[in-house]
Amino acid sequence: MSSVEFRKDLFADERDDTLKEIGKPTIRQDILGHVTGRTPFYDDHAFEGLLHMRCVRSPHHHANIRRVDASAAERMEGVVRVVMPSDVPVNLNTLLHLIGFGKDDEPLLADKKATYIGEPVCAVIATSERIAREACDALKVDWEVLPHVLDVEEALKPDAPSVNPAYPNNTFDYGRFDHQKLRFGDVQEGFVQSDVIVEHMYQMSPIEQAPMETCGAIAAPETNDRIVCYTATQAMFFSLGNTAKVMNMPSSRLHFVGGTVGGGFGGKVDSIVDMMAVLGAKLTGRAVKFQWDRAEEMQVGAPRGAERWYIKDGLSKDGRILARQFTGFFDGGAYTRLSSYAVQKCVGHLPGPYTIPNVAANVYLVYTNRTPATAMRGFGVTGVDFALECHMDKDAEAVGMDPIEFRILNAYRDGDMKAHRREAKNTALVECCQVAAQKAGWSLSPAMMGESSKLGSTPERAAIPETAIDQEGLIGARRQGEIPTAPAVRSTGTRPAGQRTDARVAVAPQVADMQIDPDRVGHQTKVAPTAPMSAPSTTPAPMAAVASAPSIPATPSPQPAFAPATSSPPPVTPAATESARETPFQRGVNRPGLSPFLSGRRRR
Amino acid sequence: MISVLACQTAAEADAQLTERSRILGGGTLLMRDVNYGDQSFDRILRVTDPALRQIDLQGSRISIGAGVRMAQILALSELDFLHPVASKIGGPAIRAMATVGGNLFAEHPYGDFATALLALDAQVTWADGRSEALEALLTQRRRGGMVAAVSITKPAPGEFRYLKVTRTKPKGVSVMCIAALLRREGGRLGDVRVAYGAMGPTPLRAKAVEAALKGATLDASGIAPALARASDGITPPEDALASSWYRKEVLPVHLSRLLLSGGTY
Amino acid sequence: MAKTPVTFTLNGASKSVFVEQGGNLLDELRRNVGDLSPKYGCGQGTCGACTVIVDGQPQLSCLTLSETIDGCDVQTTSGLANGPDLHPLQQAFMEGFAAQCGYCTAGMLMAAKVLLDRNPSPSREEVAEAISGNLCRCTGYEPIIDAILSAASGNLRRSS
Repeated sequence: MSSVEFRKDLFADERDDTLKEIGKPTIRQDILGHVTGRTPFYDDHAFEGLLHMRCVRSPHHHANIRRVDASAAERMEGVVRVVMPSDVPVNLNTLLHLIGFGKDDEPLLADKKATYIGEPVCAVIATSERIAREACDALKVDWEVLPHVLDVEEALKPDAPSVNPAYPNNTFDYGRFDHQKLRFGDVQEGFVQSDVIVEHMYQMSPIEQAPMETCGAIAAPETNDRIVCYTATQAMFFSLGNTAKVMNMPSSRLHFVGGTVGGGFGGKVDSIVDMMAVLGAKLTGRAVKFQWDRAEEMQVGAPRGAERWYIKDGLSKDGRILARQFTGFFDGGAYTRLSSYAVQKCVGHLPGPYTIPNVAANVYLVYTNRTPATAMRGFGVTGVDFALECHMDKDAEAVGMDPIEFRILNAYRDGDMKAHRREAKNTALVECCQVAAQKAGWSLSPAMMGESSKLGSTPERAAIPETAIDQEGLIGARRQGEIPTAPAVRSTGTRPAGQRTDARVAVAPQVADMQIDPDRVGHQTKVAPTAPMSAPSTTPAPMAAVASAPSIPATPSPQPAFAPATSSPPPVTPAATESARETPFQRGVNRPGLSPFLSGRRRR
Repeated sequence: MISVLACQTAAEADAQLTERSRILGGGTLLMRDVNYGDQSFDRILRVTDPALRQIDLQGSRISIGAGVRMAQILALSELDFLHPVASKIGGPAIRAMATVGGNLFAEHPYGDFATALLALDAQVTWADGRSEALEALLTQRRRGGMVAAVSITKPAPGEFRYLKVTRTKPKGVSVMCIAALLRREGGRLGDVRVAYGAMGPTPLRAKAVEAALKGATLDASGIAPALARASDGITPPEDALASSWYRKEVLPVHLSRLLLSGGTY
Repeated sequence: MAKTPVTFTLNGASKSVFVEQGGNLLDELRRNVGDLSPKYGCGQGTCGACTVIVDGQPQLSCLTLSETIDGCDVQTTSGLANGPDLHPLQQAFMEGFAAQCGYCTAGMLMAAKVLLDRNPSPSREEVAEAISGNLCRCTGYEPIIDAILSAASGNLRRSS
């Protein structure tokens, strides 16, 4: 049996040791269904006369669709309906429109051109899967093959083929820029002060989630003009909201049933299969199943995107990292899906769990003619962590230090200011390094064994430094001529020390009752006795802060925030401060009189 | 649409075989094609003759029916020299289904068992009674016809060696497999047969290696000329498991392990 | 297209069905017979989620031509428990947290049952070999192997 060792000696004073479940054997509540084969997955619902829907897919990376000839397919016995792009009520969507992030950029069925291998261009609904496959084979598409681009840096060149019409420059828009910036201090000044510069490139392939159950959904007409949809989605309300938009149908007419997912790992967020099945049910008035086979799951199932990183560190001889600069490229594939969020998450994670006085990052979400990329297990963070920790080893080697001691030396401590202007709290990297070294029989110096995450912060480390800023990389500028992708060498100005950046606020909710009353959104205010750094009024929980921003503009902001905008955290808001109560409450605990569906605190 | 014809005998199936028919062995490859909508055939011929599932150990040669499952091979101690081959094909369910006959027609990267049979100089008996070397069948697999059985001569103990290189264990598809029949004459190698699997469109013989090993001693210096010619005339396929370059590059390493250490991974 | 009559035993009960030509046993069991325990994971023999037992042998139902099971004895996970009494493997999977999403579980149990029916006290390697045709993406194989070993040893809490 695998065993978990609890190091309750660490940070014992910060925690009530009242764990009732963790560390004790337990029986999953759903496992009886699993072992008896009775757990109902989406495909375990029987419908009389179930129809099967399959897609005709692009064999090309990039090609115009000149003409689709469906006549042979339509004549085939058992074919109920050929579904064309014009059958999709709203055939342009972006998943994160639900929170007003990004432009609609992806058709459910491509009508003008295909931008990746496997992109669906039309679909067939037939009485059996076999007939649907045969009809798809009989559907003839006249393609005009276009030049394609598969590499992120190639895609940024002025003459690169333009992949996604909504983002003709092959980059997602972050405010006014074609990349997400992070600026903290002055990296160029940091490099000047450094004794050693270490610079390397890292990259990671796309990774398919490969759930055991492939993505799929069954939709069927239900009572009261509703459509019921049994779905494998791992994001029920996300699927519901997106399907409602694409179908141009109020969500009250969609009855989504799910919650039992045969493995998701991020690959069942994209809601494509739900939209397809509901579309099929709407068009035929019958129960329709849309299921990817394994080949589709691997080819068109959106993976965690590929990433490429250039990291440049400036170090002092004694092993302090004085400056760290990133140039990062996320390969979003042909459409946005959730990669735009991955970039934000990533930039919030930089420069890793280390206190570095000067940090700059340019991170790009790049469109290429590859399968769209989406969520997968820590997406946005895992790739850069791989790059970072490889780079830490190279840094340690360059300054002749033990790699673990090098990490302890540079690890952030409670109270330090992180590059995205949040205070480091409950840090534990020092202790992790010490325990890992111990377990591996790796000896550390007594000085390093004596370090603690709770000690070592100074007023200087806790402060926001004066920050060099620049205006390089405005949207579209790269199309006009090559400009460097790395953070600008010359700054165009400075932001004074101590200053946080402007707040970005989310677009106004579409429906008034979706507006979250700041007073209803709680955040944990418990202050650990020995850790006075977490003053409740300074940094509300990220999502709560975004939602509770006091003034939602009447017109959508051009720079809506989804994640806590990394270079621009929301300001302290009076509303959030006032909502701090005498007795703290925690996630899942509701304040009296509030909706039971609102949990105390939302976490991602 | 697919139709299925049940045939009583191999000869009946042979007579029914057309361009758009396929013969069902264990189904592990054919049913995959059916499930994925392969439009190149629309009729399945299913042979119910129990004779196809028989293994005959009586004669001078061992005869294995085309419908014999890998699991049957593994259940017979007389065929222990083939156990390292059969036991590494798929998981238990695949081994309970996959047939010897089907393996002869398996497309790259499958066909481990055929590779072993090629090294063992197997003879193929067609349903119409003709007989030919497996090597001849492999050079022209697409011409049609139903195989009824294969026959081999049992190698002397230690003469037959087999090695399969996979990315995952215990079950994995071949990056490559190598089978060798190392007959001895005096203290040296006599007539040797070496076959590679997953190194070409079909299992194939490494004739340059065979020639270089004849008369050699089975030690590092003795096999060196053979290793130098390991990939002569070979253009390995490129797939998700390995690049052509990689296959070629590591081939001598694995060949040397097979020859020097008996090659069990 | 004419259908083919097929009679077989499913978990001890006789079944007579008309199968679609070229159809596979997985679809037959799930759509016609109504036994939803075997799952579709790949349709190509890679994942093992559709594993059933045919005449004592593990078999991939997605690759089994339906009409070939005429006269056969088929077992699935639906028939593993004896009424409310769980099979030791089921008990062990529950106690050992040997499932998360549960999608591979029915196939795993079938592969494990074949092993224990033949070899009541297998080694860890033999267990790993027996489930080598069954993929799992969440739990990881160690808890599954542990559970099969504890079912074999009879070392079950049989609580709750």
